Amino acid sequence: MVKVLYFAKLREDLGKAAEEVALPGDVTTVAALRAYLMARGAAWQTALAQGRALRVAVNQHVADPATPIRAGDEVAFFPPVTGG
Amino acid sequence: MPVRVQTGDFDIGREIAALRAANPKVGAVASFIGTVRDVNDGDAVSALTLEHYPGMTEQALEGIVAAARLRWRIIDATVIHRVGELKPLDQIVLVVIVGEHRGDAFAACEFIMDYLKTRAPFWKKEQTPQGGRWVEARTSDDTAAERWARPEQDAA
Repeated sequence: MVKVLYFAKLREDLGKAAEEVALPGDVTTVAALRAYLMARGAAWQTALAQGRALRVAVNQHVADPATPIRAGDEVAFFPPVTGG
Repeated sequence: MPVRVQTGDFDIGREIAALRAANPKVGAVASFIGTVRDVNDGDAVSALTLEHYPGMTEQALEGIVAAARLRWRIIDATVIHRVGELKPLDQIVLVVIVGEHRGDAFAACEFIMDYLKTRAPFWKKEQTPQGGRWVEARTSDDTAAERWARPEQDAA
């Protein structure tokens, strides 16, 4: 299981702030998790679409598509930041 | 605590006094306050909601302050960022730097703000007459942060 978090517009679009996801054996990277979540349906397809500005963090560190994911990790998806 | 994320307001006078703390080595105090405007992209803004990623946000801010300390000669820094619902005129963010001389204090203050705006996980949603909308990231903020890049030693 991994803990997956969604923030800001993504959280609203998906109607979800956090969830536990059971990882299939072949989901071992950020890119694979993104593809796995997108397969859930239209809302997911749109929110996580390739080419859409999307940032990912693994265990609270900025990650990229190739970053590995292991059971127990915390993975967060969010839009580009707009603080300050 | 050099870095704080909080819903409540802050008092710059108190924060500066705490940072100087009767330290006679301090010869320069530089600060920046960001405040809520009542207009953005041509629309009236009646309120702003700030969201963050508890844990990662604090860590990101601490990392930015640490990077500034490596790069400039400063004595100490305070960064406070508010979250939750804010109104026009409210204070959003405070950066205070104390150092020996103004050059490094000014530069560190500006660097921290530029990096905060592009790297710390905060998101703004504004209320306009057309309803709520998430603020889009600006390329001008990326450009501002990129000014500080030093290819030979910048690690992301």
